[in-house]
Amino acid sequence: MSDLSELYQEVILDHNRRPRNFRVIEGPTHHAEGYNPLCGDRLKLYVNVEQDRIADVAFEGSGCAISKASASLMTDALKGKTVADARAMFERFHRMVTTPPDQTVEDLGKLSVLAGVREFPVRVKCASLAWHTLKAALDREEQTSTE
Amino acid sequence: MTRLRAARVGEAGVDLSADAPLVDVDESSLPRRPVRNSAEREGVRFDVRRVRADFPILTERVHGKPLVYLDSANTSQKPEPVLKAMDAYYRHANANIHRATHLLSERATQLYEGARAKAAAFVNAPDLHSIVLTKGTTDGINLVAQSYGRLTLRPGDEIVISWLEHHSNIVPWQILCEQTGATLRVAPINDLGEVDLDAYAALLSPRTKIVAVSHVSNALGTINPVREIIGPAHARGAVVLIDGAQAVPHLPVDVQALDCDFYVFSSHKMFGPTGVGVLYGRPSLLDAMPPYQGGGDMIASVTFEKTCYNVVPYKFEAGTPNIGGVVGFGAAVDYLTSLDREAALAHEDAVLEYATTRLREFPSARVIGEARQKTGVLSFVVEGVHPHDAGTILDREGVAVRTGQHCAQPVMDRYGVAATIRASLGIYNTRGDIDALMRALTRVVEVFA
Repeated sequence: MSDLSELYQEVILDHNRRPRNFRVIEGPTHHAEGYNPLCGDRLKLYVNVEQDRIADVAFEGSGCAISKASASLMTDALKGKTVADARAMFERFHRMVTTPPDQTVEDLGKLSVLAGVREFPVRVKCASLAWHTLKAALDREEQTSTE
Repeated sequence: MTRLRAARVGEAGVDLSADAPLVDVDESSLPRRPVRNSAEREGVRFDVRRVRADFPILTERVHGKPLVYLDSANTSQKPEPVLKAMDAYYRHANANIHRATHLLSERATQLYEGARAKAAAFVNAPDLHSIVLTKGTTDGINLVAQSYGRLTLRPGDEIVISWLEHHSNIVPWQILCEQTGATLRVAPINDLGEVDLDAYAALLSPRTKIVAVSHVSNALGTINPVREIIGPAHARGAVVLIDGAQAVPHLPVDVQALDCDFYVFSSHKMFGPTGVGVLYGRPSLLDAMPPYQGGGDMIASVTFEKTCYNVVPYKFEAGTPNIGGVVGFGAAVDYLTSLDREAALAHEDAVLEYATTRLREFPSARVIGEARQKTGVLSFVVEGVHPHDAGTILDREGVAVRTGQHCAQPVMDRYGVAATIRASLGIYNTRGDIDALMRALTRVVEVFA
């Protein structure tokens, strides 16, 4: 049971219940839609980049607790970061959730609560959906998919 | 009599230690009456404990908990006789079929054609030639779409399906529509999850050339009134394909009584291995249909100028098939027909009813799909919990269910849910399994409270 409570930590349950930055940004500089056909999770991500910094970021959509909490935590973490920082964070987050559970991972602050997903291989895509969508938005792709 | 050579049909299995002679099969001698198993000889019509003992995987532990397998609509588990038949085939008979004179090839051919004969008897096909062995249900539907469909459809023609269909009975028809200029029409369902038969009849017209519906819905468990679907379609001159993937593990099927034109199903949903399926086709239709794939075994003669195709069903069985899988499938047919199917179905229905009652009592659960005729499937959602999260927690409690869209996105859209939790039953499930599901659901709600 310990790995289950490791996955569904209070922080994750809280972000699932009350997702932060859960709204639409009208006319964003970047946006993308993410879709995980395995479970039907779907999210739209809006990013406003001003002078190479993320001035505002928000999302909407429906999904499981892991994908919603991950998107919520991501938007909180991204505000004020440069685009280069955001891309680096994508890489670090991706490395964290894909590292085998018996190996140590870098501390990513609040985002580290999602490291528990490593014990649940089929849920890794849920945690990374928002981040793949961010990458797609920054790359100006219209839609992304974790498949 | 048929020229097909087959194993001695009617015996519980082929004894590979003896050189069983190849025999011509008199189709009237195909088994209609199942061989009774030991439990029945003792007067018990269906003993679920004995059935469970036939499925070795059911003693498996997952995450330290006893396995509670409620995902048989996804794929069923396999009983000992199926595992043994495949093992014995590879140990004692492995060779290619229809093309060598040596003994092993004769054994393999005999087992392969024996399975075809068993399949014919299983669905009461009129003729062994009407049974095409495929890779599975999806393969069978694509075969009909690409062979019969491309041969007959013209721009403006229509294909009618139902809102209950899974992607395998939607997408092949969409591809066919793109290729031929035909149009796909969809018969709606009511709130219970039943096809609206009046709306269905209203969709039919002289333009309707193909009707394709599932016998049992994989997402909701609805048993479609297929005879009431087939009759009006025939009256309009359309042919009807029934997708029986979810029906065959539960319901006895008689393709002649149904009067369907095509009936497709998969081995792996009825306790056989994956990668094998059956297409039953009305012989006159199969004869007129062009090959679906080219290759070995489907030809009579080949020169670079002209190839003559083999007869039905071989015309549709290009290349070396999944022989070991077909042997396992034959054993699965024997296994199912050795049971008292009526008693088995009554047992499954009782477990489904128990599960439905328990779920309706569960405060935050909502059953999706409440058709009056249902079998094997219970789809539901738990308020405030995404099915994917529920699935992970259930798994950690040892309970295997499917969560998601069940390859039936339109059904999910119809009920306004992104996904459901689906508990699906096999003959081996018990009320105890449902109790375990309910305990695990309590745990789900605790985590998300």
